[in-house]
Amino acid sequence: MNRYPLWKYLLILAVLLAGLIYTLPNFYGESPAVQVSPLRTSLKADAALLERVEGILKTASLNPEVAALDGNSVKARFADTDSQLKAKDILATQLGDDYMVALNLLSRSPQWLTGLSALPMYLGLDLRGGVHFLLQVDMKSALGKALEATTGDIRSVLRDQKIAYSGVSREGNVLLVKFRDAEARSKGEEEIKQRFTDYALIAKEADGEFLLQAALKPEAERRIQDSAVQQNLLTLRNRVNELGVAEPVIQQQGVDRVVVQLPGVQDTARAKDILGRTATLEIRMVDEEHQITPGAAAPFGTEMFKDRDGNLLLVKKQVILTGERINDAQPGFDNRNNEPAVHINLDGVGARKFKEATRENVGKRMAIILFEKGKGEIVTAPVIREEIGGGRVQISGSMSTMEAQDTSLLLRAGALAAPMEIVEERTVGPSLGADNIKRGFDSTKIGFIMIAVFMMAYYLMFGTISVLALGANLLLLVALLSMLQATLTLPGMAGIALTLGMAIDANVLINERIREELRNGVTPQAAIHAGYDRAFGTILDSNITTLIAGIALFMFGSGPIKGFAVVLCLGILTSMFSAIMVSRAMVNLMYGRKARLTKVAIG
Amino acid sequence: MEFFKIKKDFPFMSYGRYTTTISLLTFLLAVFFLATKGLNLGVDFTGGTVIEVHYSQPADLVKVREQLAATGLPDALVQNFGSSHDVLIQVPLKQEMIGAKLSEHVMDGLRKQDAGVEMRRVEFVGPQVGNDLVENGALALLLVSLGIVGYLWLRFEWKFGLSAIIANLHDVVIILGFFAFFQWEFSLSVLAAVLAVLGYSVNESVVVFDRIRENFHNMRKADVAEIIDNAITRTMSRTIITHGSTQIMVGAMLFLGGETLHYFAMALTIGIMFSIYSSVLVASPLLMLLGVSREDFIKPEKTEAEEVLP
Repeated sequence: MNRYPLWKYLLILAVLLAGLIYTLPNFYGESPAVQVSPLRTSLKADAALLERVEGILKTASLNPEVAALDGNSVKARFADTDSQLKAKDILATQLGDDYMVALNLLSRSPQWLTGLSALPMYLGLDLRGGVHFLLQVDMKSALGKALEATTGDIRSVLRDQKIAYSGVSREGNVLLVKFRDAEARSKGEEEIKQRFTDYALIAKEADGEFLLQAALKPEAERRIQDSAVQQNLLTLRNRVNELGVAEPVIQQQGVDRVVVQLPGVQDTARAKDILGRTATLEIRMVDEEHQITPGAAAPFGTEMFKDRDGNLLLVKKQVILTGERINDAQPGFDNRNNEPAVHINLDGVGARKFKEATRENVGKRMAIILFEKGKGEIVTAPVIREEIGGGRVQISGSMSTMEAQDTSLLLRAGALAAPMEIVEERTVGPSLGADNIKRGFDSTKIGFIMIAVFMMAYYLMFGTISVLALGANLLLLVALLSMLQATLTLPGMAGIALTLGMAIDANVLINERIREELRNGVTPQAAIHAGYDRAFGTILDSNITTLIAGIALFMFGSGPIKGFAVVLCLGILTSMFSAIMVSRAMVNLMYGRKARLTKVAIG
Repeated sequence: MEFFKIKKDFPFMSYGRYTTTISLLTFLLAVFFLATKGLNLGVDFTGGTVIEVHYSQPADLVKVREQLAATGLPDALVQNFGSSHDVLIQVPLKQEMIGAKLSEHVMDGLRKQDAGVEMRRVEFVGPQVGNDLVENGALALLLVSLGIVGYLWLRFEWKFGLSAIIANLHDVVIILGFFAFFQWEFSLSVLAAVLAVLGYSVNESVVVFDRIRENFHNMRKADVAEIIDNAITRTMSRTIITHGSTQIMVGAMLFLGGETLHYFAMALTIGIMFSIYSSVLVASPLLMLLGVSREDFIKPEKTEAEEVLP
């Protein structure tokens, strides 16, 4: 009665073997590495880049242990941090601004393991050190900006259509348009309804004035908020690239929050500085009266800026427009010659100013300058062909599709759509991270050894089997965490220790049941059978209640708690398998074949 | 080896009145401390900034305090953390200074005093986040309780679900009472421990309940009290050993896990101690009180009733 069919043994063996393979990478540790990834979408990490990186390293007589393509980056692993830092400096200077060179850690596990996508557990920031920011996007200001822009747009529409109005104003979340009579209002309502589909209109009369109240429709509000968050995400990504972080996490959390995680970053001051930076755009005229004399100061009333290819240009100090007037910028094509172009959409005020400036400067060049940290760079400097009205601007000529995309991204994402505020910060230094790993590991190890000694002394052979099953549980849990690449945090390590302490419960239940059956005078074989059989229901019930707690923790927990919850839930699943199946298989192998079993070693 | 060679069942249920009185008293005491002293909520919930720094020599707390007062933070709380080399600085939320900038500010000040000071950890939580965490914690507690009651109802009977959750919420309140009495810091990880205890100590009740159900089938002649007494006595050995094992692990965390895990392990320790007590001596008397009976499990055979038809 205590025999498993062959397939069950094989299944258990296969599971344990898989567990072993996926646990293995955790033992090899990690080595310092350098990661090179292209910053522009037009550039790909390919064999050519790998060759180039290898060449650069070779000429600098730096020998990486491994250099390989991995996703959209080239990674090179070194024996020590010294050569890693040297390699980073050399690569950064030789590859130029098109590539990001970041420090990273790479697993030392052999190629065949990596080939099976067996990777070590992904360590959370509290274990590897780094910065975690939670940023909140100021939605009120994003909506306010949109409403302000519409105020100007409504004015120019009414003016263009020669509809008499006495004022357009913003009051909180609604816009109020005042008309002198009902006729003008109905005409105005018609126009506004047609052009501003995002707004719901209500006609009102107050103090003898004919009012039209325009409020953003809920779905438009959501769209504006969503695009504000998206745009901020984009901006943050660009800025983080500049920091040279190997595996940054930048994602939306909830409706209006953004999580930024920068593993390994120590210089938090710089990180905060770069994330919180406000970039601005300015449109100015290029000065064509003066000659550029390299080294000399710019003539009075002008400033010198570099464009993106590094050429110097003289630009007038007078600002025509700032980036705030840009509502949107999209890559596209010139509808005359189908060349790649960038389409810019200006708001009402911007459109009027732009119209005036272009009328007066046909045939001259204007410069679009991006200012970051007080340093300006010319994004593009096109020639004005004709007067441009209506707020729709197209920049084209001698640019590739990729450049059009980059430029529109810079115009759009150079600045944040709405201000952001850091509402949570967690920084962990590298020494604390290493300490945390050691502490978590030590307490698990000591706890495990103590439990093992006790179980073996108390239940003899069955105790030993229970300990082996517990070992299998640990193996499977670590393997599962490595396979899923779930983030392991310090509370997660506590979760591993706790699940081990709790998992032994199943074996205690079984062993106690067997003892009890033996006391009642049942034969050993029948006692083993009954012990496993009867304990099963209890084990299931008690594990499910813990699973319920684990799932609730996962749903409502944030950050560190989530890590704990994941381990708790996975640990329950692995412990069910190991405590019941694995220990039973061992007991069956040991006692199941003996027909006349008179005594079992259970203490 | 065997620790528990028990020949006769302990008459637990006849002590029911005393044990319920004791647990009612501890419960009321816990509620009293919670109400008067309140929880010492950590920065996770209240918002504020925590900075942990490490000095190469034993830190001079007085000098650190002076430096902080000079940088405009006289209300900063400065204390040793784990060792004399480590210092924990807590700064409450401030209107005039953005939290994220504050840590840089503090570190700059401390570096002026001692260039060798090393930043170990910074945690800044804004007020918006703190409120969310409190809300989510309460929701999680509610969901876990409902889930457990529901599951036990399904597997056993509503009486079991109800008495188990009352017994275990009683544990939770007592843990909170301890944290209020000693004014230990109640952080996010302690909350996780409390919720884990809720799931864990229900285990204990489930094991006893399982036996009670089994006994209702097997011990046909015994009355309810005898059945419960027998169930508790026979699972006692397992109870002690299991909790002992879990406590070994938790104890290792308590002493070796460092400051970060200390209160997490502390909450678990209290939880484990009281869950032994509550599942045996609170849940079972409650079950009796709710009037559990054999009929809850074994449907009485229907006797053919005589019918009078018009």
